Amino acid sequence: MIKKPKKYSVFSLVRNALSYHENWQPAWRNPEIKKNYDAIIVGGGGHGLTTAYYLAKNHGVRNIAVVEKGWIGGGNTGRNTTIIRSNYLWDQSAALYEHALKLWEGMSQELNYNVMFSQRGVMNVAHNLHDVRELKRRWNANRLNDIDCDWLNTEQVKKFCPVINTSQNIRYPVLGATLQRRAGTARHDAVAWGYARGADAMGVDIIQNCEVTAINVNNGNVTGIETTKGTINSKKIGVVSAGHSSVIAKMAGIKLPLESRPLQALVSEPVKPVIDTVVMSNTIHAYVSQSDKGELVIGAGTDGYNSYTQRGGFNIVEDTIMAIVELFPIFSRMKMLRHWGGIVDICPDASPIISKTHINGLYFNCGWGTGGFKATPGSGWVFAHTIANDQPHKLNAPFSINRFSSGELVDEHGAAAVAH
Amino acid sequence: MLLINCPYCGEREQEEFSCGGEAHIVRPKNPPELSDDQWADYLFLRQNIKGLQYERWNHSFGCRQWFNVARNTATDEILAIYPIGTKPPKIDSNDPITPCGEPQIGSGNFSTSKK
Repeated sequence: MIKKPKKYSVFSLVRNALSYHENWQPAWRNPEIKKNYDAIIVGGGGHGLTTAYYLAKNHGVRNIAVVEKGWIGGGNTGRNTTIIRSNYLWDQSAALYEHALKLWEGMSQELNYNVMFSQRGVMNVAHNLHDVRELKRRWNANRLNDIDCDWLNTEQVKKFCPVINTSQNIRYPVLGATLQRRAGTARHDAVAWGYARGADAMGVDIIQNCEVTAINVNNGNVTGIETTKGTINSKKIGVVSAGHSSVIAKMAGIKLPLESRPLQALVSEPVKPVIDTVVMSNTIHAYVSQSDKGELVIGAGTDGYNSYTQRGGFNIVEDTIMAIVELFPIFSRMKMLRHWGGIVDICPDASPIISKTHINGLYFNCGWGTGGFKATPGSGWVFAHTIANDQPHKLNAPFSINRFSSGELVDEHGAAAVAH
Repeated sequence: MLLINCPYCGEREQEEFSCGGEAHIVRPKNPPELSDDQWADYLFLRQNIKGLQYERWNHSFGCRQWFNVARNTATDEILAIYPIGTKPPKIDSNDPITPCGEPQIGSGNFSTSKK
């Protein structure tokens, strides 16, 4: 019997404060692994945990194992730059990311867990005539899709974000920007922890430090997985393993159109509030926001070659810092405190794959590349639907793996906030 | 950053080079007869190996010559450099013991125990 976790509230905070915070119960169990499950999710990142959560909540499948190689919140969920937005160009992507954004808006209440979702706005800055045209096109596409988006001219950009350098004498001057006001940031690992706690409360077994070593297939039907903690059987397996998706796919004899590359990010020393929005620039490749702790959170680019090492080339960091310093001269003397990389799986069309495969019961949710965090709840929502019904939700039908044969690609390279 | 030993110019920083992706993908000899799936395989599907990978590089800010590189993508070690058009050399690349596991050196990933 699953013991329901105690609800977090101001009263529980006071109660626990009185006992010196020594009696908080763990947010999720450390369960014994069962022999059989109705579904196994490979990968305990944000997308995997939301998949398990919505399988349990929306589809009544509660006998689920989430198998995670490391620990919850230790992979890309804890490595991204936490930006959430839905201002995508194409209808298919806009619908998917907007669905996710709507889930973000109610997430803290739904999970009874503060994910610190902050709708501080995301600005995408234009630096040349082409940028202006491209971003205005995106602005119009967003409006047609009922997604909030405004166009700001240079003065309005300066007013919205006073620390930005709007001098017209720099190499890439600010000519304007799109602004999605409902976009923003969230505390990334809280998202993983909140969904882990929510899924666990509905009976989902979260198994950490358990690496998948093989996928068992019999006559075209999936039957289970081999792991470093033994065999686990299930007729439905959803793989949500981000950078390692190709490695898992190979175990089932599937080849994916993915390339795994390091993507780097870095944070500065903490300072007082200086930038209260998210600024992104595709042309000069920079994006920056400020965390609640006061650190500047800066995203760099991907390396130009495949690698599974969680570190990237120093030149990539240097390029990003050069861009940041030109756009924000005020940051030029700040010290960078930490710097890391995560392995992202990039599709040729920069759109995800949320799909069935030719093996019955084996599903893949991968290819989110450099921008999966924002989609975390929406991705789990549609992937849970796909697993439960053995057919895609209408939102992820365009993101089938078959699009690489049919040619019906969803080319979001131009609409990604920064090119990778 | 990687140091790549260009067969024509010697050792240079990776910044001078461009990676051309997986090597030894042969362009189909009979394009009109190919099915959509076969085209997808040629155009899009990649092995994306964790471990020993054979790949093409171009010294784009140097001599602009193409050559092949054998590199361990789990460690970024460059194991061999050989000319375009030749067969890949057989190499013991010290791949990770488990498929998703981490190698002894150089992964920078300490989220799993080293085997």
